[in-house]
Amino acid sequence: MIVVNELHKTYGETVALGKVSLTVKEGELFGLIGPDGAGKTSLMRILMSLLLPDGGTATMNGLDIVRDYKKVRLITGYMPGKFSLYPDLTVEENLQFFATVFGTTIQENYHLIKEIYQQIEPYKTRRAGKLSGGMKQKLALSCALIHKPEILILDEPTTGVDAVSRKEFWEMLKRLKAMGITILVSTPYMDEATICDRIALIQDGHLMSVETPLAMMQAFAEDLWAVRSKKIYHTSKLLGQLPSMISVNSFGQVLHLVTPKGKHTPQSIKEFLSLHDESELTVEPALATIEDVFILLMNNRKAKS
Amino acid sequence: MRTLYYILQKEFTQIFRNKSMLPVIFVMPLIQMLVLVFAATNELRQVDVAIVDFDNSTSSRKLTSEIAGIPFFKVKQNLVNTQEAEDLLMRNKVDLALIIPQSFDKDLTLNKSSEVQILVDAINGSAAQLSLGYLSSVIAGYSQKILLKTAVPGSVMMKNIVVKPTYWFNPQLNFKYYMAPGILVVLITVIGMLLGGMNLVREKEIGTIEQINVTPIKKWQFIAGKLLPFLAIGLFDLAFGLLVARLAFNIPIRGSFLLLFGMASIYLVLVLSLGLFISTISDTQQQATFVTFFMLIVFILMSGLFTPVESMPDWAQKLDYANPLYYFVKIMRSVILKGSNFPDIINEAATLSVFAASIFGLAIFRYRKTS
Repeated sequence: MIVVNELHKTYGETVALGKVSLTVKEGELFGLIGPDGAGKTSLMRILMSLLLPDGGTATMNGLDIVRDYKKVRLITGYMPGKFSLYPDLTVEENLQFFATVFGTTIQENYHLIKEIYQQIEPYKTRRAGKLSGGMKQKLALSCALIHKPEILILDEPTTGVDAVSRKEFWEMLKRLKAMGITILVSTPYMDEATICDRIALIQDGHLMSVETPLAMMQAFAEDLWAVRSKKIYHTSKLLGQLPSMISVNSFGQVLHLVTPKGKHTPQSIKEFLSLHDESELTVEPALATIEDVFILLMNNRKAKS
Repeated sequence: MRTLYYILQKEFTQIFRNKSMLPVIFVMPLIQMLVLVFAATNELRQVDVAIVDFDNSTSSRKLTSEIAGIPFFKVKQNLVNTQEAEDLLMRNKVDLALIIPQSFDKDLTLNKSSEVQILVDAINGSAAQLSLGYLSSVIAGYSQKILLKTAVPGSVMMKNIVVKPTYWFNPQLNFKYYMAPGILVVLITVIGMLLGGMNLVREKEIGTIEQINVTPIKKWQFIAGKLLPFLAIGLFDLAFGLLVARLAFNIPIRGSFLLLFGMASIYLVLVLSLGLFISTISDTQQQATFVTFFMLIVFILMSGLFTPVESMPDWAQKLDYANPLYYFVKIMRSVILKGSNFPDIINEAATLSVFAASIFGLAIFRYRKTS
């Protein structure tokens, strides 16, 4: 279990973390969702005792991250955002090294990494620097797991990894969760959020919402419309002038239009657009995605400040 | 201890996998010993002299031929005026110009003393001094001959003090004997200060230090892991360099090997720690290289390796008390050339040990696992 209590960190004028409080339950797969610079890495580095907080406390399975940092490091596995294994050592040598410095052996905890490591085992004599992005992540995860940690902290493990490897990676996380490991994972990809048990949306060092992905999507407070049109750019500009409109964002070929609850109907939106020579389009109510939730919360925050 | 063993195992694997490492270990000592020891010499091979003879007498021509007879001097004669000699000096065609006045012979025969003028190109100060000294001694020798010829036998003039110097520890004044131990010091200093430090800061650059920092590896284990492999390489290169010096220059190694390598170990711990300390306060290899090079140059030029410390101003000599190279150059020369024993160098050894211990401690202290 990870308990974060009003953690605070600033870099000069910039607030990296503004009194963040959070609880990750035992055996939970918890996602930290937010854009670059939101404070995800700072939070994780503080939990890993690589960075000292300016204020607040945190415990990992009851151990204080500042006072008991040595013990914390023994029960946690960490995968930094940047690939940080030795590129000039082979796959096997890297794994061997991290096993031995934790006082264990590959054999002893092989069952933990078996499924992941088997995929890269054919390349075990290859230098880590020569692996593909997906294989590097698998090796890094193996190295983070080799000392049988109770908690796993993964900083953007899927950034820069191809779609197939990303999917595989999340499947692996689910299996690790099934083994009882508590996992805190960060990602800038909103679509990955739905795989997590619970997620926290983080922006500018503040948590905007902490919920299960489903509850978060269902609790979307405004009306959301999916607008399809041939001239998507033109339509999106026009919708920007729709009275009392909250936001328009493009999701591939579809525009997501947010309007205040009960303010508009598909008909009223169509009418507004036809006034401006836009008629070849469809407007239908849509279910909110995590990204819609994030954008709405972000706009609300901006409006407040 | 087991952890340290695994760290060392990893470091050595990486070092020997690094393609630029083997050339550094083997080629650098060879080049330094075989090229620098020859190049860094104060011995003069040839000095060009322009002679302007206004007198054109028997005496002046004798002096000229006396100088021309020495293979070391290459003489340009038959110059008409001083201007011509000065031009040659300006154009770097000659190193010295000797001007013999018109009254030279007359002054000599009238038994008065006579004067000649020597112009020296002093762009290279030490070469200028050496060549002037040599030319002066030739002229002095010539004047001695005249004295002997003209003097009445048994007169006061005959009495003379002849100085017969004996050069201890280096009887032939072989410059290579003097330089080789110093160049060896430079060799292991460069290895010590650069390799260990670069290795550490590289872990910062590629981010592996982040992963190391979350392991139970202790600070001293990590620093020792960076230090010991390069200590071994430094000692190996010292042995290799000594072997080259022995084979190529037949340099005498009079002191004990145990003392030599013991001192070198202390010194290497010192310079390695210094390099590692610089690395702990740098973020990139570039930063670390700049700082290290600056220190290296100051250390080397002030070490007494090329210029005697005794000729430096007082404040500079005092500054040298903080220069590790100063002590180690002294130790190396004493042990190799003089065969000094431990009691002879105990002061230098003690100072180096104190330096080594404190900088090693500082490097460990500065290496933080948490920012």
